Amino acid sequence: MSERVPVLRIGDILLVSIQVDLEDQAVLNLQEDLADQIVTRAARGVVIDITAVEIVDSFVGRMLATIASISRLLDAETVVVGMRPAVAITLVELGLSLGGVRTALDLEKGLALLRRSASGADPR
Amino acid sequence: MTAAWAADEEPQTQNIAHNDDVVRARQQVRTLAQRCRLSLVDQTKFITAASELARNTLVYGGGGELRSGLVEREGRRGVAAVFEDSGPGIPDIDLAMTDGWTSGGGLGLGLSGARRLVDDFVLDTEVGRGTTVTIVKWAR
Ligand SMILES: Nc1ncnc2c1ncn2[C@@H]1O[C@H](COP(=O)(O)OP(=O)(O)O)[C@@H](O)[C@H]1O
Ligand SMILES: [Mg+2]
Repeated sequence: MSERVPVLRIGDILLVSIQVDLEDQAVLNLQEDLADQIVTRAARGVVIDITAVEIVDSFVGRMLATIASISRLLDAETVVVGMRPAVAITLVELGLSLGGVRTALDLEKGLALLRRSASGADPR
Repeated sequence: MTAAWAADEEPQTQNIAHNDDVVRARQQVRTLAQRCRLSLVDQTKFITAASELARNTLVYGGGGELRSGLVEREGRRGVAAVFEDSGPGIPDIDLAMTDGWTSGGGLGLGLSGARRLVDDFVLDTEVGRGTTVTIVKWAR
């Protein structure tokens, strides 16, 4: 059995904070849980906090990109917050630029970004 | 190997047979990378490369073994990880090393990306015999 990452809800935003080194099945479970909950909880935004994450390899990177795409299709927006500088450097060298994934430096800025785009002040 | 294991200790061995062994592989090389005093960025690169290769050993090699430890060459210290399986082998190395090429459902960045992230990268493979990938990162 692989652990499940808790998905919290604040208003119409889902918040996930990755705190442990996840095995691949747990990463896939999280992807499914989020897709499910965007719909069942009518979420408009998803924040994935990776402040505690020490490495992002291509499997986790793909999950982040996939969640961003899925949420877009389900009329929600995903922001990845708290990426460590060493992780960003490594991701680029790995060949993953995560171009379709919105990021913010920390949770507060991520929430602000979602609020702005919900009010239409930050059109893309 | 591209260098000798450090004289003062044995390399560690770990089976790679399940998903959680990939997590353990990351933890094993993290401890070594820290002991080797790699910079934080170099630690992150090395662990990420190891994660990609451990997953390949599991998914494509059908499981195998990781040997890892500190290495020495010309007075320098580094950390090495050797991923070995007796799986199907890789028929076309150039293709497998191409960014974006996957025979499965991956992103095709594991091998090519891992090579960029480390200092030494040696891929030894033969169809029907298996695959061994050795990576080393040197302390600066
Ligand atoms: N240990 C291995 N044994 C057999 N084939 C492998 C092994 N590692 C990699 N490969 C082959 O090389 C391809 C590229 O690997 P990689 O760059 O890690 O991308 P991905 O894992 O996304 O497919 C794989 O799709 C697979 O065909
Ligand atoms: Mg791979």
